[in-house]
Amino acid sequence: MIGIEHYVVVSSIMFVLGVLGIFLNRKNIIVILMAIELILLAVNLNLVAFSAYLNDLTGQIFAMFVLTVAAAEAAIGLAILVTYFRNRGTIAVDDVNRMKG
Amino acid sequence: MDYAASFGLILPELILAASGLILLLVAAWGGDKAASTVSIAATIALGGAFALVVPSVCAGSSGPDRLAFSGLFTADAFAGLAKLMIFAASGAALMVAPRFFDRLNAMRAEFPVLILFAALGMSIMVSAADLVTLYMGLELNSLAAYVLAAILRDDERSAEAGLKYFVLGALASGILLFGISLTYGFTGTTNFTGIAIAVADGLSTGQLFGLTFVLAGLAFKISAAPFHMWTPDVYEGAPTPVTMFFASAPKVAAIALLARVALEGFGSQALAWQQIVIFAALLSIVIGALGAIGQQNVKRLLAYSSINNVGFILIGLAAGTLAGASAMMVYLAIYVVMTIGSFVAVLLMRDADGNPVEAVSDLAGLSTTRPVLAWCLMALMFSLAGIPPLFGFWGKFVVFQAAVEADLIALAAIGIAASVIGAFYYIKIVKVMFFDEPAGTVTGKSDTAHWALLAICAVIISPLGYLLTGWLGNLADMAAASLAVAI
Repeated sequence: MIGIEHYVVVSSIMFVLGVLGIFLNRKNIIVILMAIELILLAVNLNLVAFSAYLNDLTGQIFAMFVLTVAAAEAAIGLAILVTYFRNRGTIAVDDVNRMKG
Repeated sequence: MDYAASFGLILPELILAASGLILLLVAAWGGDKAASTVSIAATIALGGAFALVVPSVCAGSSGPDRLAFSGLFTADAFAGLAKLMIFAASGAALMVAPRFFDRLNAMRAEFPVLILFAALGMSIMVSAADLVTLYMGLELNSLAAYVLAAILRDDERSAEAGLKYFVLGALASGILLFGISLTYGFTGTTNFTGIAIAVADGLSTGQLFGLTFVLAGLAFKISAAPFHMWTPDVYEGAPTPVTMFFASAPKVAAIALLARVALEGFGSQALAWQQIVIFAALLSIVIGALGAIGQQNVKRLLAYSSINNVGFILIGLAAGTLAGASAMMVYLAIYVVMTIGSFVAVLLMRDADGNPVEAVSDLAGLSTTRPVLAWCLMALMFSLAGIPPLFGFWGKFVVFQAAVEADLIALAAIGIAASVIGAFYYIKIVKVMFFDEPAGTVTGKSDTAHWALLAICAVIISPLGYLLTGWLGNLADMAAASLAVAI
């Protein structure tokens, strides 16, 4: 029987993978965007699992909001990335270093 | 409560949302030629929302009558006071922006629209009485802010600032959201009042995890250490009017939100979050003070200054009392004025061709070339350092008073000691302006709008500001009292 704890463990693993994806990735900013999506999906899994477990609809409605915002966030992130690429001609993480200190 | 009454309570937000959408259409059809019209209309909309919020602040409204949409949204005096600061700071950003962008030929009609949407998001944030409202407000503000940071599309630094802000802001939202999902799961509700009931008998491990993640996510948004890494880069890279906006309005919103979550939601478990807040406060003060010392760029230096100030504001929250919340609001009000003043002074630094100059060394000898600017900047720096005759001292005083009253004497003592370290770099700027050989770079003409705003800020932070203490303290006390706290 799969209980609530299994869902929480899976979503925690996904969350940690997402955070590590942001910090350990030294290659490409697109990968960072994917890692951010992974974090939001972990949250959604949590919300829906808890919602079913608690017999309470709030979590599912919240998950809908999160999905919507995630879409908007991805759109804005890609738009900023395009502006950045036009200026610098690269999207490698190591090159994002005009400002230091 | 019926829907008509709920809509009445969110009237300021409705005005902002409707005018934002209409102005977006105007901006889309009129193009950048419509920029000044859109700017003026946006300022009027903010002014209207400001005027609508004033009565609730003066009356100290609180209680269930002010809850809209079955407890999702509250229009109490605490939210009202924060909204007044947010709308004023957004209006200031709209005032200074056109001159700055016109010189670069980059004034876009979207700029005032984005400021309006950000102000709307912040207004929803401070009024949130439920985790769902909190998240929606925060994201509305953040999404507008990412675009604002990158609004100079042809400028490498602006694009990089936007990118960094986006990545770290999205990470912060993710952390916050994970905390929210855990809080929801382990308390069974997203409503702050419901959470307060669920945690009244102590925190379970899951609830503690949720609380910690929520606090970490919000610490990112207020740029408290150890989550401050993005601040200097974003403040340096973003166009100066945008930086001014970031340093003032969103700080107020996120700190008011943090206070509401901590006091309303987890007020009965103050011991659990107090340690985290104290840790973040002390670390912010120290990192803000030490990090600023070697900085050569004025905007970067002011970024560290804002990290430092957030630390002091968090001391008020760490007290965990209503007096602490009130002290925090007083400090925030003074901080907003000082920040706007300092960034307007940065905007006034231009070379002969009208290009902005941002290096500390360009300030050298400003007292002989531009005496008025130098004296204003000196007053602002001393005020930020908290040196007595200036108004900035009052903010620090009330915050430390609240901490001492809550028996956090060690925290207050360390905070005061660290503020002395912070005074070093503020005084260094004054030294560069008054005792170094003139560099002669800051020679360009400046604008009436900028000077007017600088004059207002300078008068408020001057010793004349103390005339406001009774009034401001009273408003802040009423605001704090309106929080539905179960202490």
